[in-house]
Amino acid sequence: MYRYDEFDAAFVRDRVAQFSAQVERRLSGALTEDEFKPLRLQNGVYLQLHAYMLRIAIPYGTLSARQLRQLALIGERFDRGYGHFTTRQNLQFNWIQLKDVPEILSLLADVEMHAIQTSGNCIRNVTADQFAGVAADEIEDPRPVAELIRQWSTAHPEFSFLPRKFKIAVTGAEEDRAAVAVHDIGLRIVRHPETGETGYAVLVGGGLGRTPMVGKWVRDFLPKPHLLAYLEALMRVYNAEGRRDNKYKARVKILVHEIGIEAFRARVEAEFAQLDPQRIQADASEVERIARYFAPPAHADLPDNPPALRRARAANPDFDRWVEQNGFPHKVPGYQAVTLSLKGIGEAPGDISSAGMRLVADLADRYSFGEIRVTHAQNLVLPHIRQEDLHDLWQALAAGGLATANAGLITDIIACPGLDYCALATARSIPIAQALATRFAAPERQREIGPLAIKISGCINACGHHHVGHIGILGLEKRGEESYQITLGGDAGNASAIGEILGPGLVAGDVPDAIERLVAVYLAHRKPGEVFVESVRRLGIQPFKTAFNAEIRHDAA
Amino acid sequence: MSSAKLPPLPAILIANDLLTGDTVFYSGQGWTRHPGEAQIAEDEAASLGLEAAGQEAMRLNRVVDAYLVDVVLSAGGIPVPRHFRERFRLLGPTIRPDLGKQAEFPGLAAQAGQTR
Amino acid sequence: MTLLDRHGFRPDPFRRLPASEIAGHPAVILPLAELQSGLLVRTGGQRIGIDIANTVPAEEAASLANQVDLIAIAFPGFADGRGFTLGRRLRQAGFRGILRAVGPLIPDQFAYALACGFDEVELPDAVAARQGEAAWLADLSIYRHSYQRDYARGRNILDARRAARNGGAA
Repeated sequence: MYRYDEFDAAFVRDRVAQFSAQVERRLSGALTEDEFKPLRLQNGVYLQLHAYMLRIAIPYGTLSARQLRQLALIGERFDRGYGHFTTRQNLQFNWIQLKDVPEILSLLADVEMHAIQTSGNCIRNVTADQFAGVAADEIEDPRPVAELIRQWSTAHPEFSFLPRKFKIAVTGAEEDRAAVAVHDIGLRIVRHPETGETGYAVLVGGGLGRTPMVGKWVRDFLPKPHLLAYLEALMRVYNAEGRRDNKYKARVKILVHEIGIEAFRARVEAEFAQLDPQRIQADASEVERIARYFAPPAHADLPDNPPALRRARAANPDFDRWVEQNGFPHKVPGYQAVTLSLKGIGEAPGDISSAGMRLVADLADRYSFGEIRVTHAQNLVLPHIRQEDLHDLWQALAAGGLATANAGLITDIIACPGLDYCALATARSIPIAQALATRFAAPERQREIGPLAIKISGCINACGHHHVGHIGILGLEKRGEESYQITLGGDAGNASAIGEILGPGLVAGDVPDAIERLVAVYLAHRKPGEVFVESVRRLGIQPFKTAFNAEIRHDAA
Repeated sequence: MSSAKLPPLPAILIANDLLTGDTVFYSGQGWTRHPGEAQIAEDEAASLGLEAAGQEAMRLNRVVDAYLVDVVLSAGGIPVPRHFRERFRLLGPTIRPDLGKQAEFPGLAAQAGQTR
Repeated sequence: MTLLDRHGFRPDPFRRLPASEIAGHPAVILPLAELQSGLLVRTGGQRIGIDIANTVPAEEAASLANQVDLIAIAFPGFADGRGFTLGRRLRQAGFRGILRAVGPLIPDQFAYALACGFDEVELPDAVAARQGEAAWLADLSIYRHSYQRDYARGRNILDARRAARNGGAA
């Protein structure tokens, strides 16, 4: 894991002092609310329905046991004893008081954390594959470059007042687990077809929200030493030309769409041609310094699938199911990464108590080199578990209610906080997730249905990524009631796609039955081995649409 | 602000405390955390008065985002917003009856006719 | 309006005048459209600046760079960051004169503005009254280092690290 040096440590301390002074200036009236708002947002502070919310950055989703314990402490001391992991690998506290924020930021700085640029019209927290450094299909660990971008984008003098927020995601694997195509910039680490050198393929203009778009290739191969200069050029074009007349048209995807990817590419290249990459890029020794922090931990020399594991799996079907469902293959023999589901049946997706955080931290120390990952699906991952330890780990997790064996299944639902907390929401998200999880709770049924990603957003801003859910649910307001629009066929992975709307909006109570009907079409028509979204692709939307609309109560439209 | 923008009556004034972020209501004398203590404007003059109180409190950096919300008085004497968003705000998260004003003020949800 | 540079508030030596009235004034700021007529009547030693919008294309702005002593870029609101990019592009194009940001910036942007190549900020008086000189100067000493290379501000962390690695002072 990356560790702060004296410069990083000084920087976050300076930031805490700066924000403390900004709060004082706000209270004195020197700063108006309009002036203070972007400043607090760039420090992760939102004003929500019941309180302030603080969003803490977990860069590229990598967290240490020590950091997680500190989050548990903050949750207890300043919040209501729990936190919420988000779809951008961050953590939110929902009940924060503004007067406490400087102290909280100081506690975060103690463990090399911050809340910088988790909101606001700036370059946001950089996200990455949660299985970075673990997955066998990885060309290179994406975290060193994500860390480089984190540093470069922090308090950027030119790009802190952009037309709108700007999100960057990186993956170094063949399979895209970081949804890079739906980010403002998506970076894929690739190997040059001729030279074999590693560099970046750059996607631009993806995003969800009101106008969902899949990113377009703007550069097939960017040599590593050119990265920061290229990003600077691209951001400069966006900052100068991105629309500022309408916040719903201000993301870079709209600029790319309006002028076309060819023109956009030409402008970025023209800007880039004027820059000297060597003056902007970190030098090789600095890049190497960062990369060293992400060197693999000292894995032992172990056999795959040891007898102890085989015996435990054979003896305990629940454990066996958990390993099968929540395990992820590790590139080192004898190890496994496991997903800790924060989607217990009836729970709020992504929520975890301070006690739960401490349990995970302790288990990470005992079994996973003290390391934890946060996934964009709002779960946690312990990345480096000895297969021979899996049973002990599972027992400890089960005792803490963290061994739900549903990773990737129909009850592993992504949901934003929605109108239970969020001031922007138009409808609630969490109760819909809870109702669906309860409806499909039976483990055998979930396994029979297989991989199926339901994603729920409580407003058009799409924090719940509904557009790229195999089944997406968008909460809106219609005639003074909450109404839910269902989409089908979205995908966040390599075959990224935006879901299509199935029909009229539903009242909350009708959502579970409607999802049942979609699942029934799949079960009736699937070919052997075909997962839900593959069937949707093969069959097209029509059979699902027909079933969906068969029993719609028209008064709900 | 012109009266054309005022919501239907009766109405209460709702805001967030600048320092704590708490949802607060204007009581006529100051700001209260209990919705049962909110001043209820029954006519346009009263709602203009509430509106002015909100502007003044924002100018003095006491609250942020103050605005009028139209309500129905419940049998239990609580001004309950007509819109579901503001109802959630009045009581707390619907999924966590142990949190928010619904937990802090026992009986509030029942008085508001919003049992969960 | 109140003028501010890295040393604090100070009197503005420039006056905004139409080209027809600049005779006898040592330093003037013209509207962009009057630049050519202003240059025709310019006397030796007279300093000429121009006001430009933050939407002026970079190439056009750069073409002015060697004709004027000052370029004043309008910031219509503090949250409109286009001026930072335009200032940066002008410096990149070789402009060595005075670069001025004009508009209701906030003190929390002062270090950013200087880093992007600005020398000074011209503020509405109401903003300057609410946030005095001390608030602006304080912004310049908040961060000991910053993370970006190639911006005109103090010490950057990447080069400081390299210096530390090489055993030299940061």
